[in-house]
Order: sequence, then C-alpha cells, then structure tokens
Amino acid sequence: MAYSDKVIDHYENPRNVGSFEDKDDAHIGTGMVGAPACGDVMKLQLKVGDDGVIEDAKFKTYGCGSAIASSSLVTEWVKGKTLDQASELKNTEIAEELALPPVKIHCSILAEDAIKAAIADYKKKNA
Amino acid sequence: MNYFELFSLTPSYQLDLSDLAGRYRTLQSQFHPDKFAGESAQAQAIAMQRAAQINDAYQTLKTPLNRAQYLLSLQGIELAGEQQTVSDVEFLMLQMELREQLESLQAAADPEDAIDKLAARLNKDRRSLSDDFESAYNEGHYQQAGDIVRKLKFYARLEQQLQQAEEQLLDF
Repeated sequence: MAYSDKVIDHYENPRNVGSFEDKDDAHIGTGMVGAPACGDVMKLQLKVGDDGVIEDAKFKTYGCGSAIASSSLVTEWVKGKTLDQASELKNTEIAEELALPPVKIHCSILAEDAIKAAIADYKKKNA
Repeated sequence: MNYFELFSLTPSYQLDLSDLAGRYRTLQSQFHPDKFAGESAQAQAIAMQRAAQINDAYQTLKTPLNRAQYLLSLQGIELAGEQQTVSDVEFLMLQMELREQLESLQAAADPEDAIDKLAARLNKDRRSLSDDFESAYNEGHYQQAGDIVRKLKFYARLEQQLQQAEEQLLDF
C-alpha cells in the first residue's frame, strides 16, 4: 500500500516518542487505547500546566505506519492547546492531514480516542 | 442457510476439524464444475456460486477466531471490520509489554529460547481466552463473548508478528 509523504515523514522521524517518567504526577494524563481490527496499541501522555494548557505530549505506539504517524501528529497538534481545545480534535482532521486511505481511518480514530482517554485520565486525577 | 447449516452442523464453538474437512470435501465434490459441464449455463453458474460459498464457509469455520466471530454475527453482533477501539487499561498494558518483549527478541542472548518462551506465553493466554469465550457464548452472554473476541484479535496479531520475527531471525 502506498503511504502519503506525510505518513512516511512521521513514520521515519516520529515526534515525541517515549513516556513521562512519573506517570503518577498529577500533571500527567495517560491514555491507553487499542484497535481490535488490526491489533494496534497506543499509549499517549499529556503534560498539563497549572493553567490547563498542554505543555508537552509523548506517545508509544505499536502498529502500522499510519497508526504511528497519527499518534506522532496529534502529539504535535495538542501542544499549546487547552484541554477543551484538544478534546475537540477530530479523527477526520488527522485522516485528512495524513491523507489516510479508508482502510486506515481506524488509525486516526485510535489517535483521537487516545487523546480523549488521556484527557479523561488527567481530569480524574485532578477531580 | 448459514455456514453451519451448509455442512449440516449445529452452530457451536467446539468443532471437530477433521470431521469438518470431510464434510467440506464431500460438498466440494458434489458441486465441482466438472459435474456440471453438460448442464445449462444457469446450472453451471449456480454450482459455481455454491462451490464458492462452501469454500467461504470452510475458511470461516476452520479457524477458531473466525468461527467465534461468525457465531456472534449469527447473534446479531458484527465484529468484522468494526472500527471501535478498546480501553481496557490492564489488558492494553499487558499488550504493550508483550509487544516490547517481541521487539527485544533480536537482542536476546538466546533468541530461539526467547521466541519459544514468548510463543508458549501467547499460546497459554490465547487458550485461556478461548475457554472464556466458549463459556460466555454457551451461557448466552454475547456482549461479553464479543469483548473476548476483540482480545483474541490482539493475540492473533501478536502471533503473526512473532512468526515474522522468527522468520527474520532464522535468516541470519
């Protein structure tokens, strides 16, 4: 299958790979999601400042090029956004930016759900 | 007519594979194109369609995961091609760990031994999930059975990747 240039760029030079050391830190929200359709697993972490703005994001994804590119892209996108802004992120924007073919749409859904799960985890910690 | 009925079987997760293979061969020979060579174009087309259906049915029923998924589809639960994500944190953490193990196989002191150990682990987990599926399905807990099928799909992927890793390592 032919990957778009943007997918290849993110796949070959993924941004923000890794995880934050102290996952119990109240500033860190961790989201874990998986896609049964392809067996992909994604962990995405947000580091949120006291002002509610996302300062940093990291991810670890086991999956195909599109799944890695989707998670790499969203970690870039959410930096500098408020939690509310980040939660409005739609998988269609990811799919459009990366020019994902229909069979790879679930990779962008995975990335959207990972962000939502990380935000939910952060809110739960700080409730 | 569902795939089980096609082979004159009642829907069940437990299946005798050699019995299924025997039924498959019998049916395939009944609808073999050669038998319809002298018949009308319409009869030939019907026989061909039937042969294709028999083949699809066999491919679906012979693999436990596909069989499980098919059994649930008969109960109105469609898991094939679904784009839904799962968020069972404990299960996903375990999947991450297993993926990490898979990734580190090449660096292991004894890769073959590491492969065997991981293969045994995956096999054990898959069997246990398979048993869980059977109980949930037999008790009519179809949603729960569906969640187990979703988990089994992660294992199918892992086993496929382990096999690829093994092939790569043996090339050295």
